[in-house]
Amino acid sequence: MSTPIPVDREHGLDVLRQMLLVRRFEERCVELYSATKIRGFMHLYIGEEAVAVGAMQALEPQDAIVATYREHGHALVRGVSAASIMAEMYGKLEGCSRGRGGSMHLFDAATRFYGGNAIVGGGLPLAVGLALADKLSGRRQVTACFFGDGAVAEGEFHECMNLAALWRLPVLFLCENNLYAMGTALERYESETDLALKAASYEMTAWSVDGMDVLAVEEAARRAAAEVRDGSRPCFLELRTYRFRAHSMYDPDLYRTKEEIERYKQHDPIPALIERLRSADVVADRDVEEIERSIDEEIQAAIEFAEAGTLEPVEDLERFVYAEEVPA
Amino acid sequence: MSAVPTTTMTYREALREAIRAALIADDRVFLMGEDVGAYGGCFGVSKGLLEEFGPERIRDTPLSESAFVGAGIGAAMGGMRPIVEVMTVNFCLLALDQIINNAATISHMAGGQFQIPLVIRMTTGAGRQVAAQHSHSLEGWLAHIPGLKLLAPSTLADARGMLAPALADPNPVLIFEHGSLYNLEGTPPEVGRVDIEHAAIRRTGSDVTLIAYGGTVPTALAAAEQLAGIGVEAAVVDLRVLRPLDDETIIASVAGTHRAVVIDEGWRSGSLAAEVSARIMEQAFYQLDAPVARVCSAEVPMPYPRHLEQAALPQPGTVVAEVRQMMGAADE
Repeated sequence: MSTPIPVDREHGLDVLRQMLLVRRFEERCVELYSATKIRGFMHLYIGEEAVAVGAMQALEPQDAIVATYREHGHALVRGVSAASIMAEMYGKLEGCSRGRGGSMHLFDAATRFYGGNAIVGGGLPLAVGLALADKLSGRRQVTACFFGDGAVAEGEFHECMNLAALWRLPVLFLCENNLYAMGTALERYESETDLALKAASYEMTAWSVDGMDVLAVEEAARRAAAEVRDGSRPCFLELRTYRFRAHSMYDPDLYRTKEEIERYKQHDPIPALIERLRSADVVADRDVEEIERSIDEEIQAAIEFAEAGTLEPVEDLERFVYAEEVPA
Repeated sequence: MSAVPTTTMTYREALREAIRAALIADDRVFLMGEDVGAYGGCFGVSKGLLEEFGPERIRDTPLSESAFVGAGIGAAMGGMRPIVEVMTVNFCLLALDQIINNAATISHMAGGQFQIPLVIRMTTGAGRQVAAQHSHSLEGWLAHIPGLKLLAPSTLADARGMLAPALADPNPVLIFEHGSLYNLEGTPPEVGRVDIEHAAIRRTGSDVTLIAYGGTVPTALAAAEQLAGIGVEAAVVDLRVLRPLDDETIIASVAGTHRAVVIDEGWRSGSLAAEVSARIMEQAFYQLDAPVARVCSAEVPMPYPRHLEQAALPQPGTVVAEVRQMMGAADE
């Protein structure tokens, strides 16, 4: 579905570049995982790019972000460098978390990126607390909290919806509904599958958006973020999306059909955006090629940076378990 | 308002004064938890604070332990200095994901980029006939977790003095208040910080070291008194800091007495007493005249009737019996 808002060339190119950066970065991650350069758990955002890219357009530099373990895209779009993310996945000291977190735990204080949380629902209370700190300090900031549909089944989700609404906290809840909690389909684990309805029952503005349409996501996120920022109250968006790849690199993807995946691939958000921009005459083939070329360079440089990175000395193993400076 | 008696003060009042002073000293400090406001705190600790500081800083929460403990972590990362009251240690089980997966890990996992200057207070322990689900002593469990600091005030001075340094500490600090101590009464302590790094010698003695914390400190002191009556001089070490443990003070005392009994309201298996005992074995084995003994709770869910509850808990008499056996064994 297209939205009526016009797109100027500069913004269109910017959004397209972010979408393609996430897609190409994830594709290289697959190769590097197969080459055993990246280890551990790795969850890819391919297919879901419009959600993070669209939502992040509504955020200001002073806003905070809490994300899940499927957060490479969120970190990239937020402005954490591809190099420091790749180095993190290589487990290198130059990584955005010193190599200690890996794929699921990207952190970056400079961009107020509070992780990379690998417990489903575990980031929601943190977002509530970050927003509480903003409210108590009189700061007009938004905390954007990304989580999947699976989190909606957790008790923490309901506790946090209630607390955020009760205390009128400036949290933008962004539910990335990709229809599966790992391998269990939404209708097999939720008695009520309208997720916006659940949030609305906590007395907050909530609605559903086509998460495969980046401009629709952007428009909704801008509206919701304005309500959060100006009204100092939470808002909830359900972003209906789909992941084209398996849950993680370990997942044989046996719980859904090839046909279903192919059907959703017809709604790939990237060709849809290109087509939209092309038909509006704001982007030409040459622009797309140029973006692809520059992204390729950026990712290649990130890989080289990660390859050249250093391993944290083993002597530093126990650093930062506790803060290094405790005031007297 | 918290009227402070001029001549004596209770442990409860000492805690309240510490919270009041913290709220006055730093605008970033606020208290949140179940029934901390209108009710005055389940154990009366925060009575009067809502009236004095208002609902923004004395925040009653829903019964959502995971959300408000996690919100405390988030608020701490956002620049505040939250004091989160989890009514009792029993309910912290509902917030363990936040305590263990977030509070304890984020600093290390993020390579030192974030600090979590959060204080979580909770009541612990048994002895009030409130049965199995309200009588846990889970300090040992939480002391297992790197990234957390654990404090157990057993005196008025510690109840009054531990909060300020805990709030100043950039790490998550858990403070355990034993339910049997709230009515402890004494001379109002000096207003000032105490250290939160060291164990304390509560009684000196040359024959045996009794090691206790929180609610078992009075047990150890009572046992020491009884032992004095039969000519045995027991030293009493109050751990005060359950993580990181102050090995130096423990080992120095045991090196002087050559005998140790660890008194712990937790269950013996996998207990904090087990950890202390192991450290003594590792660091003072050749100075021991007898194996380290432990007096812990019986390994049963805490029963309701008084006689069974008392039978399950560490008692001064049990400690005395352990020491006598130990002394006898050493004399042979």
